[in-house]
Amino acid sequence: MNTLIVVAVLLILLSLAYQWGVSASRSVANASGIKMHSRPAYHGLLVVLWCAIPAAVVYILYLVFSPTISANIVASYLPPDVAADPQATATAISRIENIASGFGAIGDIPPYQNEAAAALSRFEWTARLALIGLAAAAGAFGAIWARRKIAPNYRARNVVEVAIKVVLIACSAIAILTTVGIVLSVLSEALRFFTYVNPLDFFFGTTWNPRFSTVGTEDQGQFGLIPLLWGTIMITIIAMLVAVPIGLMSAIYLSEYAGPKFRLFAKPLLEVLAGIPTIVYGFFALVTVGPFLSWLGATISLDVQATSALTAGVVMGIMIIPFVSSLSDDIISQVPQSLRNGSYGLGATQSETVRKVILPAALPGIVGAFLLAVSRAVGETMIVVLAAGNSPVLTANPFEAVSTVTVTIVNQLTGDTDFASPQSLVAFALGLTLFVITLCLNVVAIYIVKKYREQYE
Amino acid sequence: MSSATETLDGVDGASAARSNRDIIERRLKARHRAEFRFRMIGLGAIMLGVTLVALLFGSILAKGLPAFTQANITLNVTFDPQVINIPDRPVQGDLSDADYREEMLAWQRRLVFVNWNRIIQDSLAKVVPAAADNARDAVGMVASNERVRLRDMVRDDPSIIGSTKELDLVAAANVDVWLKGNIDRSLPDSQQQLTALQQEWSDQLYERGVISMDFASELFTNVDSRSSPATAGLLGAMVGSIMMMLIVMVVAVPVGVMAAVYLEEFAPKNRITDLIEVNINNLAAVPSIVFGLLGAAVFINLFGLPLSAPLVGGLVLSLMTLPTVIIASRASLRAVPPSIRQAALGVGASPMQAMFHHTLPLAVPGMLTGAIIGVAQALGETAPLLLIGMNAFVASVPGTPMDQSSALPVQIFLWQGNELRNFFEARTSAAIIVLLTVMISLNALAIFLRHRFERRW
Repeated sequence: MNTLIVVAVLLILLSLAYQWGVSASRSVANASGIKMHSRPAYHGLLVVLWCAIPAAVVYILYLVFSPTISANIVASYLPPDVAADPQATATAISRIENIASGFGAIGDIPPYQNEAAAALSRFEWTARLALIGLAAAAGAFGAIWARRKIAPNYRARNVVEVAIKVVLIACSAIAILTTVGIVLSVLSEALRFFTYVNPLDFFFGTTWNPRFSTVGTEDQGQFGLIPLLWGTIMITIIAMLVAVPIGLMSAIYLSEYAGPKFRLFAKPLLEVLAGIPTIVYGFFALVTVGPFLSWLGATISLDVQATSALTAGVVMGIMIIPFVSSLSDDIISQVPQSLRNGSYGLGATQSETVRKVILPAALPGIVGAFLLAVSRAVGETMIVVLAAGNSPVLTANPFEAVSTVTVTIVNQLTGDTDFASPQSLVAFALGLTLFVITLCLNVVAIYIVKKYREQYE
Repeated sequence: MSSATETLDGVDGASAARSNRDIIERRLKARHRAEFRFRMIGLGAIMLGVTLVALLFGSILAKGLPAFTQANITLNVTFDPQVINIPDRPVQGDLSDADYREEMLAWQRRLVFVNWNRIIQDSLAKVVPAAADNARDAVGMVASNERVRLRDMVRDDPSIIGSTKELDLVAAANVDVWLKGNIDRSLPDSQQQLTALQQEWSDQLYERGVISMDFASELFTNVDSRSSPATAGLLGAMVGSIMMMLIVMVVAVPVGVMAAVYLEEFAPKNRITDLIEVNINNLAAVPSIVFGLLGAAVFINLFGLPLSAPLVGGLVLSLMTLPTVIIASRASLRAVPPSIRQAALGVGASPMQAMFHHTLPLAVPGMLTGAIIGVAQALGETAPLLLIGMNAFVASVPGTPMDQSSALPVQIFLWQGNELRNFFEARTSAAIIVLLTVMISLNALAIFLRHRFERRW
């Protein structure tokens, strides 16, 4: 509430500064009689900038220095026996802060705490007053400076536009910073993991058995990537086996056969599948698809576990259908009409045209779309967390429980942010692997799709 | 070709022509059959997709809708002064805040140790006399958090001690399961969740109307609970999710739009811009769990922000949504015809003015659609939140974005793992229905906006 009032007051002050700049530029224009270079609004904005930036600098300085100074003040009042004991120091400091804020403290209050609290609240008052005073002075100074510069030939618009451009560039830089942040944080933690475990053992190990983190033991378990990677690959293959035929055939039907009415009805329905959160798919797999597949397996005397690579793969395939179908739809509709007309002219039926002309022409684009779908399946987490069974063993049987890279990241890192043991650091090595795999898939896929588009432009 | 040799073998021209015609007609039939088959496969693929959508929604609705009603026991609860034997509530008077709080806490501790079970047992004994002699069975009929509710009533208004009130108490989860038939009633008593006595009471009270199925408002007004599953609700998770969505809207949308404006309009066409472009496309396809790793390593480990805080979750989801918003905003900026920009430039506007006064306003509907879809996506995301500690059990409503909190999809994840399967399967589905309702409304809003404001040039 308090902050809201402060923000409101600041906004009112800034709008006053804006009005001042606008009216000042009008009066300058009237007095000189010359046409101004910039519209009054730009002069107003410039005054606001000159007012806000110095005040903000003062505030930042306050934020940086005030905690250290008040900590020093409190520390100077602590008697030596308290200052020597870190536990007692912490209690004393929190008590002093409570007294200073007017909340009070339980029990008898030693005189030094009262004195410290008084000094602390005195300092806080002065600091706050100084902050308000200095910020107001800096703001007013800036505003007056900007006001004095208002002149018919002063290029206020250009200055304001540079300021806006700086903000725009900063926003674009955030996207880059995110990637840099991902690469640096994941890479540095992964490198720390490789100081515990030999990279060769990680990348080519066939046993995943991390044990629990116990401090000071030499035995730290085995971190073999292969079983997890194989689980991921197996589930991805099953998912693509489900998604590619259904997705591709839907796309062909929608773009080549369906009338506009049917399209209007079927397309959004399929796209609903894309909007459903993956946790919902996971739950669906766990309580509906898993038991169903298990029952189906039992009727043909096949041992299918309810949570298995098959369950996770099938449900993930369902999730990817709309992804495959909408990407393929885009790509098929980009094949030039002239190719279709040529094929019909030679007497081919529609399905022959699709199979022998359109699909070969669209193949590169469709492959790109499939690669994007694969990348999505590889990085999918919640479905496999719930439905793959979480058993990191190397098996070729899709009816058994497996584990994947993403599941293991969740298992190893959840609730643990003390990144000191290989057991939690391994999550970053796995994350790095995942990032590199999906990055390669994406780069290749995006390149192929782009080349394909250029071909028909 | 076989048809060619057959023609040559013909006796005279007329019969050769007929047989030729026969062959072609036969082949044509086969080709048309193939055409029909292909078409049907396409239609079948779409129908399969639509069936899967129906199946998913059907199974979740069938499981979840019953959970919106819940067994309630209406009892006349007497706040017996003999049982609630506590001193008067302390008054602040001239005590300091800290001392008053201490006294208040001491008083509330006394309140906690009141035998609330006894009060529930006595109330139940009024409708089933046998309850007076079977304390354990009687207390097990009512959700254990209802004791807390009675306690809070006394805490807020001690004057009700001695009075009798008619209250709707939530029945225990096992009673709910029993009455809804979610457990096999023919199982022997040793495998039942309710004792023989409780089974008898449940059926009897349900017939007499003392236990009734009411709308489960606890789902929306309570926070999660471990000890009392029947009263576990979504309030904390919903507030956490709303906070995170607000953060995404405040952070990702403006930053994304400004980045899009810069990249589309002002960025020089050079290698750095190309790099940003490739980077954004890649970022959009990076698995969400990798963003979770970034959040764990940077926001929590490096910046020292608290675990499970909606602030951290919101920032991670913002970074994840940013590429979606940028791509959608760029597409809608590109859709504005260049003639508008050129006209503005022609009458002397600067590029910045042309952008902000003319192009941007026309692109707003498309940007809005993209932003809403991005926010909806962020709402359903689970995996990155698990890595920043949001899977912690939190039984409180977050007051600020720095408090511990849960989120809707994470709550679904936690509930699906609860051991009390036959109660929580329905509860989880109900939570999914709530989540999907919000997401579908958001998407419907986006579609509505697109249709309402879309302009074809």
